[in-house]
Amino acid sequence: MTTSFDIVLVGGGGAGLRAAIAIAEAAPALRVAVVSKVYPMRSHTVSAEGGAAGVIASDDSHDEHCYDTISGGDWLADQDAVEAFVREAPQELLRLEHWGCPWSREPDGRIAVRPFGGMKKMRTWFAADKTGFHMLHTLFQTSLKYSSVVRYDEWFVTKLLVDDGRVHGVIAIEIATGRIEVIPARAVILCTGGCGKVFPFTTNAAIKTGDGMALAYRAGAPLKDMEFVQYHPTGLPFTGILITEAARAEGGYLINKDGYRYLQDYALGKPQPKPVLRTMELGPRDRLSQAFVKELEKGRTTDTEYGPVVHLDLRHLGAALINRQLPFVRELCLKYQNIDPVTQLIPVRPVVHYMMGGVHTDIDGATPLAGLYAAGEVACVSINGANRLGSNSLPELLVFGARAGRAAVEYAATAPEPGRHAAAQLKDEQRRLETERVQPGGRERIADLRQEMQAAMETSAGIYRTGASLGRGIDALRGLQTRALDLRVEDQSRTFNTERIAALELSFMLDIAQAIVASALQRQESRGAHQRTDFPHRDDDRFLAHSLAERLPDGECRVRYLPVTVTRWPPAERVYGEASAPQGLADQGMKDERSHHASRRTVPS
Amino acid sequence: MSAHITLRVARYRPEEESESRFEDYEVPCPSDWVVLDGLNHVKDQVDGTLSYRWSCRMGICGSCGMLVNGEPKLTCATFLADYAPGPVRVEPLRNFPVIRDLVVELGDFMSKLTRVKPWIVRQVEKPLSEGEYRQTPDELDDYKSFSMCINCMLCYSACPIYGLDPHFIGPAAIAIAQRYNLDSRDEGATERMRILSEHDGIWGCTFVGECTKVCPKHVDPAAAIQRYKLQSALDWVKGVVLPRAAQ
Repeated sequence: MTTSFDIVLVGGGGAGLRAAIAIAEAAPALRVAVVSKVYPMRSHTVSAEGGAAGVIASDDSHDEHCYDTISGGDWLADQDAVEAFVREAPQELLRLEHWGCPWSREPDGRIAVRPFGGMKKMRTWFAADKTGFHMLHTLFQTSLKYSSVVRYDEWFVTKLLVDDGRVHGVIAIEIATGRIEVIPARAVILCTGGCGKVFPFTTNAAIKTGDGMALAYRAGAPLKDMEFVQYHPTGLPFTGILITEAARAEGGYLINKDGYRYLQDYALGKPQPKPVLRTMELGPRDRLSQAFVKELEKGRTTDTEYGPVVHLDLRHLGAALINRQLPFVRELCLKYQNIDPVTQLIPVRPVVHYMMGGVHTDIDGATPLAGLYAAGEVACVSINGANRLGSNSLPELLVFGARAGRAAVEYAATAPEPGRHAAAQLKDEQRRLETERVQPGGRERIADLRQEMQAAMETSAGIYRTGASLGRGIDALRGLQTRALDLRVEDQSRTFNTERIAALELSFMLDIAQAIVASALQRQESRGAHQRTDFPHRDDDRFLAHSLAERLPDGECRVRYLPVTVTRWPPAERVYGEASAPQGLADQGMKDERSHHASRRTVPS
Repeated sequence: MSAHITLRVARYRPEEESESRFEDYEVPCPSDWVVLDGLNHVKDQVDGTLSYRWSCRMGICGSCGMLVNGEPKLTCATFLADYAPGPVRVEPLRNFPVIRDLVVELGDFMSKLTRVKPWIVRQVEKPLSEGEYRQTPDELDDYKSFSMCINCMLCYSACPIYGLDPHFIGPAAIAIAQRYNLDSRDEGATERMRILSEHDGIWGCTFVGECTKVCPKHVDPAAAIQRYKLQSALDWVKGVVLPRAAQ
C-alpha cells in the first residue's frame, strides 16, 4: 500500500486545485493528494473563454446576481446555495487576482467587468478571451508552492474505496506503468468535471467522460438533476469548437440550406438591418437550439459527413470588422477547422456544453456518503438549476472547491483511519482490471459502442425529448451495457495503455447515460434545458424538485425527488424580451476588452 | 489533394522492443482533418494499441505536441492536407525520453517549473479586504505574452541547448519565471534570478530562437531568455563595481 493521505482530490482542474489550496492553507499539516488522469494544466477548465461572474460594480447587488441566476435556472436552483455562491464569488475572484491571475483591467488599473448573456448587470470578470486558461494556470502554479500537496499526475481512478458506509480513498492505475494501487484517505473530493462525451456533438474535451459522476454513482451516492444538459446553439460539428455569441452580436446570420434566415419562423422577431438584442440571432440559447431541431425536421438543414448543420454567415461583415471584433473566431476557424469566415460559411449546430446535474451535494460539497465530497461541474449543489447562466461556472468551481476543501478538513479531523478492508478491495479490483487487460478476443470495438451510445443519447435525450424517445434510449443503453461485456481491447501492455483507459471511460459513460435518460423519462414537465414535447409546460406542483438518481444493486436506476430550497424568490415565469435585456451586448468577447467602463464600485468584502 | 494520406507513425513498446520503428497507416484526408484526427482514426478503426496524448483539440490544453515531418507541432493545429501527397511522419517530441509510441516523459519539466517559483512572491500579502492590486493595461502588457504559455513542450523539443544539456532549465520555464518577474504585483525577481543562475546552460543559448519559432502561442521564450541574460549581466556588473551597501 502507498502513502496514506488525509484528503485525496480526484481531478486537478479549477475545482480540484482550488480545494487543494484551501486545504493547504487551512491545515498545512494535512497530507493532500491530487490524483488526475492528465497533468493538471491539461484539465478542461483551460478551455473556458468568456469569464467569471462576481458582483463588483456599485450599481450592482448580490440580490440581482441571485435573481438572474435563479430565474435563469427556471427556479430549480437552491436559493440558499445561490446566496452563498453570489456572496463568496467576488472574494474568490479577488483571491485569484492576488495569486496573479491576469484579469483584464480598466485604464486606471482596477478590475474590468463586462456584460454577459443572462446577466442584467456588468459583473463578468475576464482575462481577455482565455479566462479559463488563465485561471487554471494561476491555480496550478500557485498550488506548486504548497509542499503538503502531492500530485499523482496521469493516474486514473477506477473505484472509490468504501468501507462501513464511509469513503476511505481510491483505487487508481498509474497510466505510465499500469501499476494499480490503493491511495488511502480519510476523505475524498471529486473534482472531475462534466460528461459531455456521452453525447456526439459537444464542446467538451476528450477527457470529459463523467468519471467522477460514475465513481460516486457506483459507490451509492445519488446523481442530482442529470436530465438537465445545456446546449450551446453554435458549435462546429466535427471539432465541437464553440463559436461565441459575439459572432451573432456583431451581425452574423444563421441560415438554412436555402440561405434563409430561418429564425424568423420561430417567434424570435423579424430580420432587421442591424442586430437587435433578444431577437433573431440574439434570441436565448435554448430557443436557438430548439429552432435547429425544427429546421432539421422540415428537411431544411444541410447534410454533411458530420451530420446535419445550418450555417453561420459572417461574410457580409467583411474582413476588417471580423479582424477587429472577432479575431479569435477567425483564428479558431482557420487554425483548427481550415475555414475562413471572411469568405466561407461556418457549419454550425447545437452542441452539448455543460451538465447542470451531477453528484448530489449540500452547500459544503458533502455528498450523502460519509467522507465523499464533490465540487465543480461534477457536482450539483445546485446553483444552476435547470439552466446555467454563462460565466457562473468558473466562480462556482472556486467557491465550492474552497468550501468542499474546508469541509473535508473538518471531517478529516474526526474521521477514522482508512479501514482494514482496503487490501481486500484492492485485490478484487486488481483482479478485475488485470483480467480485462489480458483478455483479448472480445468482439465489440470501443469506438463503435461509444458512437452508438452517443447517437442513442442524441436521439433519445437531445434538445427535445418524449416519453417514447426516452424509453427507446433506455432499451438502447441496456443493449450497449450487455455488448460492453464483450469488449475488445487489443492492447495488453501495462505501459501507457490508453485503450484500457478508453474502455474504463466507456463503462463510466454508459452508467452516466443511463442516469441521464432515466431522470429525463421520469420528469414529466418542461423546464429550462429539459424540454419534453409530450409535457410542454413547467409543472411546479409536481416537479419543483430535484431528481436524485440512484443505482440499484441490479444495475438499474431509481429516481426520487428532493424539494427545491426557496428562500426569497418564489417561482415565476422566465421572461424574455426587452424587460429582461442586459444593458450591453449579450455575450463573451464582444468588444475590445478595454472598452468597457464599469461604474464606480465598492470593494467586496 | 488526395482523399487519403499515409501516416508514418513512430511506434515503440518498451515491453516488446528495444527501439522504435515506423508503421504506416492510410487515413482519410479531408480538408478539415488535422494530424490528430488521423491518429484518432487509426486508434478507433485500425489499431487500438497506438498511444498518444490529446484532449481539447483547440490548441489550449497543450497535450498533443509531436514531431510532424521532423518539426515540433501541436497536432490539433496541423492540417493533413498541407502534407499531401504524404507520407506524413509523426514522431514523439525530440529531446525527451519516450515512454511509449508518441508519449514522452514530462517529469523533468514539471520539476523545473516548480523550481522557478511560478507564483506571486510578496514580502507582505495585501489583505483581501483592501481589494485588488491595481495593474494598468500597460503593466499587464509587460508580462501578458509570457503568461500565454500552454506548457506544450514544443520549445524544449526545438531547443538545441536542452538537447545537449538536459540540466538547462529551458525556454518555457524561463518564460514563466519572467512572466512573474515582470508582473507589477510580484516581488520575487531576485529569488528567481538566483535560481536561474544556478546553472550556466542559459549562457549557451544563442540568438537562434528556435523556441520562439515553434511556439504556437507567440510567447517568445527567446526574448525572455535575452532579457534575463541582460538583467543578469547588469546585476553582475553592479555587484563588481558598486560597494556592497549600495546594492
